[in-house]
Amino acid sequence: MSAPIKETAPAPAGRTVAKAPVRPGDRRGEGVVLNVFSHGFLALWALLIVLPLLWLVLSSFKTDAQIGGSALGWPENWTAGVFRRAWDKGIGDYFLNTVIVLVFSVPLTMLFGSMAAYVLARYRFWGNRLLYYFFVAGAMFPVFLALVPLFFMVKRLDMLNTYQGLILVYIAYSMPFTVFFMHAFFRTLPTAVFEAAVLDGASHTRTFFQVMLPMARPGLISVGIFNTLGQWNQFILPTVLMQPQSGDDPERYVLTQGLIQLQQQQGYASDLPVLFAGVTIAMIPMLVVYLSFQRQVQAGLTSATLK
Amino acid sequence: MRKGQYRFVAGFLLVPVALYVIFVIWPYLQTFGYSLTDWKGQSQTFRFVGLDNYRKLFQDDVFLEAIWHNILFLVFIPVITILLALFFAFMLNAGGRGRAGGVQGVAGAKFYKILYFFPQVLSLAILAVLFNAVYRSDGGGLLNGLLIKLGLVDADNPVEWLNEPDMVLWALLLVVVWHGVGFYLVLFSAAMQSIPRDVYEAALIDGANRNQSFFRITLPLLWDSVQTAWVYLGIVAMDMFVLVSSMTQNMGAYGGGPDHHSDVMSTVMMRNFLYYGKSGYACAMGVVMLLLTLVLSVVTLRATRRERIEF
Repeated sequence: MSAPIKETAPAPAGRTVAKAPVRPGDRRGEGVVLNVFSHGFLALWALLIVLPLLWLVLSSFKTDAQIGGSALGWPENWTAGVFRRAWDKGIGDYFLNTVIVLVFSVPLTMLFGSMAAYVLARYRFWGNRLLYYFFVAGAMFPVFLALVPLFFMVKRLDMLNTYQGLILVYIAYSMPFTVFFMHAFFRTLPTAVFEAAVLDGASHTRTFFQVMLPMARPGLISVGIFNTLGQWNQFILPTVLMQPQSGDDPERYVLTQGLIQLQQQQGYASDLPVLFAGVTIAMIPMLVVYLSFQRQVQAGLTSATLK
Repeated sequence: MRKGQYRFVAGFLLVPVALYVIFVIWPYLQTFGYSLTDWKGQSQTFRFVGLDNYRKLFQDDVFLEAIWHNILFLVFIPVITILLALFFAFMLNAGGRGRAGGVQGVAGAKFYKILYFFPQVLSLAILAVLFNAVYRSDGGGLLNGLLIKLGLVDADNPVEWLNEPDMVLWALLLVVVWHGVGFYLVLFSAAMQSIPRDVYEAALIDGANRNQSFFRITLPLLWDSVQTAWVYLGIVAMDMFVLVSSMTQNMGAYGGGPDHHSDVMSTVMMRNFLYYGKSGYACAMGVVMLLLTLVLSVVTLRATRRERIEF
């Protein structure tokens, strides 16, 4: 299917292209012009992506005076000390807090989301459709609609500025998408396997955990990546829920919140290299995850929009 | 249905439904109730004030201006992002040389896609710090530094990107575009590749050139993706909280400066809630945000509705 029809017109080599007369209506010429044109624009945008990021990373090796000077100066302070300093000034704690929250929230989101989706997808009972729409509808509303009562709800449960509070809220707010996606996925799984498991005497619970869940792995990976990135990058919920509640209540900022906090502090303390080093540290795990799971990340995130 | 099955269904639904109701549904519903009170949040006592909050809301110049800013974002963020993403997707998928009008991807398309998509995995907090540095109002900022070097900006009088009333919204908009183009590029690209080759081959035999095949075949078949992109970017434009609150001058708290020229609904709401302690009033703002979001979705889906083409 993908074989081109006109193999007779071979792709011209780079050298001959320049000499070939480009007549109007000459299709080959048009292709070459377009090709040069596209490479130009594509390279320009690539530069626009890379330049600010690289510049920021390099800036963490500058001194504060250099940063205040010209943006184009080359860094001279090539030590890893600044990263150490950034880590000690809070990034380490913020990092750890984020990891602690996500270690619980992501697996539990996947577990509860799949459980609900599975039951809704494979069992018939009264109110099934209603419950499904009830879950999915949550994705339509802006989170700002819930913020004020949510704050007081978490406060009443005495969970403000606690890991468990944030974990539970993250799970709850990840439900709509997780249920929606896994519901669609469980529907596509073959019924025969399910029936075989039941015939072999497996209980419902056992069928779910040992037969259906392993079969849903591709879906779990996509949704898992989506939820991990979403929760890792979440800002508004921790901003509202993770503020120290009294003088002796320790800070439990997550990374996003901590970076903004650090930015405000460093603006006064004028230790900008530390801030840039902090951002660099925060970017590294994303870069590593992205490059190692590049295809799944792209598929996971874009599938979220293909409703 | 057997009895055990009911127990199983109920058991599996219990925790997810409970969490969802407690932390999502119930707060959503409460917002409507609280928006009719003068609740300050500190005490449990509050009075029912009817629609007073809403009446005040529409006399609150700051909030009205914020709505206007959201509308500006709502128009320009999707248009610019989608056009750029479509342009690059076209370049990637049809900009390849040779093969006489046959559509071919550009060399290195995979590399470009990986690179362009990367900003999407970064948090908006990282972007806020990054672009604060880029937009710095002296020669130490990347943008000013480059422009000074090129001689376009006077070194003694650099541009204050985030402090100029006329410029701050555009500066923020560029960050969103920078963040989103790669994502929508990948989305459109995937949709383009799912269009069967023989459609193009048929067009080729009929004598269509590259541009014709793009505008007459690719674009119409991509319409569903464009529509989805529009809704998603619309949601982004209605939010904007992270960037505004952490990149612009504080109007008390949560950004919005200079002089409310960059305030959006979300920042005004958060300021009223956590800084002024006007919980009831903030709830009314939340309700208005919901209504505008719903209107937006309906209008977008209506306005962009086309006959669905099956292929």
